[in-house]
Amino acid sequence: MNEHIAVTVTVNGQEYTRQVEPRMLLSDFLRHELDLTGTHVGCEHGVCGACTILLNGEPVRSCLLFAVQVQGQAITTVEGLASGPDPEDLHPLQQGFWEAHGLQCGFCTPGFLMTLVPFLEENPDPTEAEIREALSGNLCRCTGYQKIVEAVQLAAEKMRG
Amino acid sequence: MKPAPFQYFAPTTLDQALDLLERYNYDAKPLAGGQSLVPAMNFRLARPGVLVDLNRVPDLAFVRPGSDGGLRIGAMTRQRQVERDPLVAERAPLIHETMPHIAHPQIRNRGTFGGSLAHADPAAELPAVLTALQGRFRLESKRGQRWLGADEFFVDFFTTALEPDELLVEIAVPPLPARTGWSFQEVARRHGDFAMAGLATLVTLDEQGRVQEARLVYLSVGDGPVTARQAAQVLQGQEPTEEAIQEAAEVAARQDVDPVSDIHASADYRRHLVKVLARRTLRVAVQRAKENGQG
Ligand SMILES: Cc1cc2nc3c(=O)[nH]c(=O)nc-3n(C[C@H](O)[C@H](O)[C@H](O)COP(=O)(O)OP(=O)(O)OC[C@H]3O[C@@H](n4cnc5c(N)ncnc54)[C@H](O)[C@@H]3O)c2cc1C
Ligand code: FES
Ligand code: FES
Repeated sequence: MNEHIAVTVTVNGQEYTRQVEPRMLLSDFLRHELDLTGTHVGCEHGVCGACTILLNGEPVRSCLLFAVQVQGQAITTVEGLASGPDPEDLHPLQQGFWEAHGLQCGFCTPGFLMTLVPFLEENPDPTEAEIREALSGNLCRCTGYQKIVEAVQLAAEKMRG
Repeated sequence: MKPAPFQYFAPTTLDQALDLLERYNYDAKPLAGGQSLVPAMNFRLARPGVLVDLNRVPDLAFVRPGSDGGLRIGAMTRQRQVERDPLVAERAPLIHETMPHIAHPQIRNRGTFGGSLAHADPAAELPAVLTALQGRFRLESKRGQRWLGADEFFVDFFTTALEPDELLVEIAVPPLPARTGWSFQEVARRHGDFAMAGLATLVTLDEQGRVQEARLVYLSVGDGPVTARQAAQVLQGQEPTEEAIQEAAEVAARQDVDPVSDIHASADYRRHLVKVLARRTLRVAVQRAKENGQG
């Protein structure tokens, strides 16, 4: 029953191969097998959004996928956003969150970032209503969302240049 | 929590998938988008011994024009893809209007059109919409294939006519008749949450502008899609005036539904929403039917 299956997957541009049980969730695979603990796990039933990652460029819940399902596919996690270790290397959305106080405890932040990066790429000049709708699938218990909306607006400005 | 152990298969053709379902039958579950099945497995509400992952069967994901002027939608088509498909917007505007109400973009990126129908959650949008549209469902197993109407496909609370060795493979959506208007609306606490009540409405007018046929199908007010037959009867043959709409809405709330209370909403509040949604969708559908008549 608990035979292991080999999974090869590209995460943030790097290829990894691991032997896993079919029931291992992708969220646990990223955290425990690859030590990429930036992807957070809140609810494990698709509601909180903390575990959101990009699968082939699209935001999805990593707690609702099995690692064996992403064989041969490309994943981006929050660790893949910054281009280097220094503050100026942060993605403009990360800078926006920092400058506009878009986070307090930070538990929800990776999920918000991974949801909103593709959103901003598709909607470079979103209205406040569009931003609120885009983040409706992510829960934050600290900020009350207002600062997150402001962070997204700031990031949109930066990304438009 | 974490899922119980299971055996995993990722077939690459429909035939292989059907072979596996025949072999493992009651022990097996097809895995589509996983947006309902995996939460249930994480909570151990579902403990299938075998998962047959359909995500590597390319033939099950498509949107095609039907020869009757309608549409054919493959069961594994992602909800997000249906939402964005121009052919769906053109030929099935009621589906197009409904898609953004289903969950959140991250869920729709994985969740499939057929998965939502096979899951048959009474609070889901698509079962009500496909019932209103009189969609037809193609089921396939090693024993053969059969086509079912929406009324036959949806059996009960989370229950469809699907046998354990069968797959839903595609859904045929007939074209809208001339002078037909549509509207989908729902009331949810937050955008993307399951609705406390929702309604898919279609109105066809005759050449004199009277109601030839009305179809109102609710979600979240019963064990599955609930068709408001009495309300439709009230409208039939009538001018679609504000008074007629008002009367139909009253009848829908009084006679067509028998909602229950749960943590999301009380029965009384649901009954109120039934009335409000009937009024709102009928106004929009009638207006669109009139515009379609001129076009
Ligand atoms: C946070 C959250 C919010 C949501 N909100 C909504 C909402 O507002 N409205 C809504 O309608 N849904 C909502 N959903 C559910 C979502 O739309 C699911 O995607 C959908 O119900 C199931 O589709 P799936 O492809 O993910 O199917 P799965 O979860 O993979 O499967 C569901 C069931 O159907 C069976 N099945 C799937 N495909 C087939 C097939 N082709 N043939 C036979 N059996 C099959 C599976 O075996 C399983 O029993 C929500 C989900 C989450 C996590
Ligand atoms: S942990 Fe995946 S959505 Fe909450
Ligand atoms: S910053 Fe604490 S949950 Fe969002």
